[in-house]
Amino acid sequence: MCETTTLLMSLKIDQDHSRFRKIVRGKIRQNLRRYISQGEMLGRKGKDLVSIPIPQIDIPRFTFGSKDKGGVGQGEGDPGDTVGSDDSDSGTGKAGQDAGEHILEVDVTLDELAEILGEELELPAIENKGKSRIISAKDRYTGIRRVGPESLKHFKRTYKEALKRAIASGVYNPARPLVVPQRDDKRFRSWKEDQEPVANAVIIYMMDVSGSMGDEQKEIVRIESFWIDAWLKRQYKGVESRYIIHDAVAREVDRDTFFRTRESGGTMISSAYKLAVDLIQREYPPEEWNIYPFHFSDGDNWSMDDTLVCIELMKEKMLPFVNMFAYGQVESPYGSGQFIKDLREQFGDDERVITSEIRDRDAIVNSIKDFLGKGK
Amino acid sequence: MAFANETALPRYLRVEQDRIERIASDSGLDFFPTVFEMLSYDQMNEVAAYGGFPNRYPHWRFGMEYERLAKSYEYGLSKIYEMVINNNPSYAYLLEGNSLTDQKLVMCHVYGHVDFFKNNFAFRTTDLDSGGRVLAGSLESGSEYKPNRKWVDKMANHGSLVRRIVDRHGIEKVESLIDVCLSLENLIDPWSRFVVRRRHKEAEEEPTEIVVPRLKSKDYMDEFINPENFIKEQRTRLLAEREREKGRFPTEPRQDVLLFLLEHAPLERWERSVLGVMREEAYYFVPQMQTKIMNEGWASYHHSSLMTGAVADWSEIIDYSEANAGVMATANGQLNPYKLGVELFRSVEERWNKGRFGREWEECDDLDVKRDWDLRLGLGKQKIFEVRALYNDVTFIDEFLTPEFAMDHKLFTFAWSNRSDRFEIETREFRKVKEKLLAQLTNFGNPVIYVQDGNYENRGELLLRHDHRGVDLRSDYARDTLTALHRLWKRPVCIVTQSENKPVTMRYDGTEHSVVNSDA
Repeated sequence: MCETTTLLMSLKIDQDHSRFRKIVRGKIRQNLRRYISQGEMLGRKGKDLVSIPIPQIDIPRFTFGSKDKGGVGQGEGDPGDTVGSDDSDSGTGKAGQDAGEHILEVDVTLDELAEILGEELELPAIENKGKSRIISAKDRYTGIRRVGPESLKHFKRTYKEALKRAIASGVYNPARPLVVPQRDDKRFRSWKEDQEPVANAVIIYMMDVSGSMGDEQKEIVRIESFWIDAWLKRQYKGVESRYIIHDAVAREVDRDTFFRTRESGGTMISSAYKLAVDLIQREYPPEEWNIYPFHFSDGDNWSMDDTLVCIELMKEKMLPFVNMFAYGQVESPYGSGQFIKDLREQFGDDERVITSEIRDRDAIVNSIKDFLGKGK
Repeated sequence: MAFANETALPRYLRVEQDRIERIASDSGLDFFPTVFEMLSYDQMNEVAAYGGFPNRYPHWRFGMEYERLAKSYEYGLSKIYEMVINNNPSYAYLLEGNSLTDQKLVMCHVYGHVDFFKNNFAFRTTDLDSGGRVLAGSLESGSEYKPNRKWVDKMANHGSLVRRIVDRHGIEKVESLIDVCLSLENLIDPWSRFVVRRRHKEAEEEPTEIVVPRLKSKDYMDEFINPENFIKEQRTRLLAEREREKGRFPTEPRQDVLLFLLEHAPLERWERSVLGVMREEAYYFVPQMQTKIMNEGWASYHHSSLMTGAVADWSEIIDYSEANAGVMATANGQLNPYKLGVELFRSVEERWNKGRFGREWEECDDLDVKRDWDLRLGLGKQKIFEVRALYNDVTFIDEFLTPEFAMDHKLFTFAWSNRSDRFEIETREFRKVKEKLLAQLTNFGNPVIYVQDGNYENRGELLLRHDHRGVDLRSDYARDTLTALHRLWKRPVCIVTQSENKPVTMRYDGTEHSVVNSDA
């Protein structure tokens, strides 16, 4: 009863609300590059929602500039004292540079955000490699049975049955409409197993954490991985992310450690690739998984020999099984940046290998486009 | 209406309402019939987003307002206690889940507002004729006064009118027009309903011959006091002026810019309908803006006297006081209209009870005598009921804000300090405080802007004039507003104003904005 009103009521404002959301989407799209390069929305991630601060959309009018205006207040203080110092509205420090400009926080789902990203960067939908053989089974409560646990009792159906029985047997008295369900009246919800094919994907992030990768470089990787996650999650039903860090040796870590660790050793990229290959062979049979290895480093490798090992590994054990292999080279003051050249030399015309140089934060957007723009 | 049935008051509140209505009426309040509805918080947010009305025209800003309200409710920052619509019968909303004490407080407060809606002169402009059209201020009053104020219906009709237009022309087009109208919504003449600004001239009189006024003089002095060549000069000047006036359009500056656009801008029929709707609604909200302090003060005065009188029982007084203190709080040096209003009413009541007014009081210099001044006139109650009918915020402050009151309530003015980049207290000097407060309230806080010339430079351009009273327009907004204006006028638009003490003309010709320094 109450629900129906809410439903009816909500519909009315919902239209205006969705018009507003559309405008907000436009604003986010307009400012997407800035949001991306500043990484503004990352810290604010809830489960599926991202809160994005946007300036309040205001309707312009002939009105007074608020700084000239001043006003009348009430309270303690002497001439020269600050007014309303606790109040962000009245303009202290940076927040109030334009007094009266309110910040509105809007919640956007990750899905929506990915969609905006897709629209803005004109990312193509990924062609599924036809690896949809995984069948996921899901229980759906669609049916009704006569037996079942009390917790699944369908109250309304049960009552109806009881009412039917009461009327049929003439026990029902409209003046005193008391209906007591008996054992036979009880109805329970039951489930069916729904089977559906699911395309799954795994993203294997690899990152060089040797001394030459600084905080800024890692931040860039972090921002980029956020968007890659968001986009791929939109494309596949189930997305798993795995994280490998390496210097001279590689190990698998969780997400937090991935972005926090800083080692000082040398760099052997092959160690990471070996581990990745291992992981794929062990856990992600390529006929069932879409596999996306992403490797970020500053392009420094220990020796040419190791680079050759890497190339060998990629050719033999990686490329045949993955959707694509992405290498992002983050510029750092210490890295030689050699690795990308070696890769390009080897795989220059191989569509499966995508390389991208990320000079600074502003380049993140383009590099995302490099990586995801092929629709692989 | 399903809405009303689902949201009707539960029985125990219905009983309270009857009781409070009786007590309020006994205390002298005179209100429209009042319908309370109980809403859940999301319904409340929706209705609040629509400005209190269950139905409005479609526009995204209601959605934005809803999002803001919903957020601040979810974060526990604010909660709407009370909402009441100036309508006959008046509708008021109670928030589901508030305590009984809160609900009683809200009901008392609401009866204060509804009394104000019914009796304050400014709200007469919202009376409608029997066909639901806006009419000029009527002078009916007393208990027989039963105006048609079916604004809930009117707003809903506006909604369906605009929806019909949307069906035909598409939401994008209509909504962007509404954006434009909203940009101009404050360019109206708040007093137009009380003053006949334009009299229809029966017939254009033929211009009479120009008579130059002469100074009185003795015959023999005349040629010295009214020298011939001066008279001649004046005659040519007046002639030239009349000549100039001939082509002037409008003949005198008009403050109701919206009406001018409605009558003269090259609009399509549906555009005119939308603009008309926006203008009517803009006028509807004017009285509430003109009487914010009084209205809230009046309602607070009565919720306080009713609650502490017969309405609340002793177990509720602590809860009531806490809620009341929250409403009356002044934080961060900001002026709270509830507080200012209620204290002013109380001060008026006290002064008229004790006879602290009139010439004798004003002329008394002896502070000791003044402190104990009490003529036991007992006119306070009568006076405040009179005040609530005959004043608006500007006249209320102007007449009843006394130096003693400003001092007791620690009023001050503040201003932006470029040196320290923040707002600072400027002064506590009474005259300045009052001036600033009045300036803020004048024209309900909006700049006074006229249509000066609808055929500026004889090129069909629109010239507005900002009556500059010491405060500049916000320039980025002014620019965007000109863009909006151009969308309706379709020819270049200008506004004469001042910026940093220099007269300037801002202009938008459809492609480019320009600002020219002009001589006043």
